[in-house]
Amino acid sequence: MKILVVGGGTGGTIIANNVARRLASEINAGRASITMLSASDRHMYQPGLLYVAFGQMMPDELYRDQASLLESSIEFHVDPVGNFDPGNNRVTTASGQVHDYDLLVIATGSRIMPKNIPGLNEGAETFYTEEGAIKMFKALREFKGGRVATIVGVPHKCPIAPVEVTFSLHDYFKSRGIRDKVEIKYHYPINRIHSIENVAAWAEPEFRRMGVEYETLFNVEEVDVENKIVKSLEGTEYQYDLLISIPEHNGVEAVINSDLGQDGWIPTDRHKLTMDGHDNVYVVGDTTDLPVSKTGSAAHFQAEVIAENIASRIKIGTPVTEYDGKVYCFIEAGHDKATYAMFNYDFPPDLKEPNKSMHWFKVSYNKMYWTSVRGLL
Amino acid sequence: MSEHRVIDAKNTYCPGPLMELIRHVKQAEVGDTLELLSTDSGTANDVPEWVAKIGHELLSSEQIDDVWHVTVKKVK
Repeated sequence: MKILVVGGGTGGTIIANNVARRLASEINAGRASITMLSASDRHMYQPGLLYVAFGQMMPDELYRDQASLLESSIEFHVDPVGNFDPGNNRVTTASGQVHDYDLLVIATGSRIMPKNIPGLNEGAETFYTEEGAIKMFKALREFKGGRVATIVGVPHKCPIAPVEVTFSLHDYFKSRGIRDKVEIKYHYPINRIHSIENVAAWAEPEFRRMGVEYETLFNVEEVDVENKIVKSLEGTEYQYDLLISIPEHNGVEAVINSDLGQDGWIPTDRHKLTMDGHDNVYVVGDTTDLPVSKTGSAAHFQAEVIAENIASRIKIGTPVTEYDGKVYCFIEAGHDKATYAMFNYDFPPDLKEPNKSMHWFKVSYNKMYWTSVRGLL
Repeated sequence: MSEHRVIDAKNTYCPGPLMELIRHVKQAEVGDTLELLSTDSGTANDVPEWVAKIGHELLSSEQIDDVWHVTVKKVK
C-alpha cells in the first residue's frame, strides 16, 4: 500500500509521522510505504513570523531541517509537485518524477497573493513571509509617528492575526514612547471587528481603551502608493503613512493547474476530509475549501483524524473517525497577555479573559511546536 | 452562462458565513447567483448590509428549518 504525502508543512508532517508509527509493523514487513514530497528541505514555524515583525524572535528560530522532523521510515524528497492526476492515482513533480499511490494526502497549504490587489505589494508591509516580516520590523523601527492602517484580504491564513497585530502595534509604539504620535486604524472585511462574535465583543472595548480606531465592511480594492491612500470596494478610503497588510491567500499553483479547485482550494468533505469524488485522496489544512480557519491548529486536528483513518483503512479496511471542526487558537492580546478560542462545528468559541499565564504558554508553545509537528504532542 | 453556487457555511464560526460569501463573490462571475446557507442568526442582517453597501443584488432571504438561505446576485 503506497501512501504519498504531498506537502511538508504542519498537516503533512503530522500525518506522515503519525501514520508511520501506527503502521510500523506493516512498513517493516514491506506491506506499506510512506513517501513525502516537499517544496523545501526546511520547515518553518509560521506563527513565529508575527514575533519577527516586532523584533521578538530571530528568523533562524523559526526553522528546522524537515528531514530531522520525520520518522526514519518515511522516504523524503525535496521535489515540489507539478501536477496531480487523481483519476490515475498519479502525481508528477516539478523535476518530472512520477509517483503512483494508493492513498494520497494533499497538504500543499496556501500562499499570499498581494498581486491580486493593485499597489498592495509596493505600498504595504506584511509579516506573512520571512523577508516581509524583517522588512516590516525595519519599517516599524524607522517610524517616528503618523497614521498606521491595518487591512485584511479574503481569505487569509490565521484569522486571529488582524487583532493580534493591532494589539502588538499599540504595545510596540507604547514601548518606544511614541504611542501619542501614532494613529492606528483597523480595517476589517465584515460588519464587526472580528469573525468570531465573542472575539469582536472583547476586542472592541480593548480597541477603545487603546485608542485604536476601526472601520468595518472594508474590503481592499486598491492601494494608491503615490498618494498613500488605501481604497475599499465599499467606496471608502484612508490616507496612511504606514500600511500593514494581512493579504489575500490562494492555494498553490499545482492545485490550480491540475483543476482540483478554484483559486487552489480543493472541495473537501467536512467530516471525512476526503476530496470530493476521490475517496483515496485526503486534503488537510489550508488546502481544503472548508469554511474552517486556515491555521496550523485546524491542520493539526484534521491531521490526527486523517492519520487514524489511513491506518485503520489499511489495518481493517475502513475509516474509524471523523473531523468535528475542532480549532484551538491562541490570541496574543499585546506583548504580555493572551487568551484562546476553541470551537468546533457544534460549539462556538467561549472566550476567556486574557492573562499573563496564557501568554507564557503561547511563548512556550512556540518551542513545543517541534514536538507537536513530530506527532508526539 | 450564469452559475448558481451554494455555499454551505452552516455551523461554522471562523471565518464565518459573511467572510465565506465575500470569498465566493470574488471568485464568481458577474451574473452568477450565490446561495449562502448559515445557522448564524446574524446572517439575516449581516449579508443584506454588506450587499447594499457594495452594490450587489439581494434576491432572497428566508429561514427554512433553522437554516438561513440568503441568495445574492453578483452585478458588478
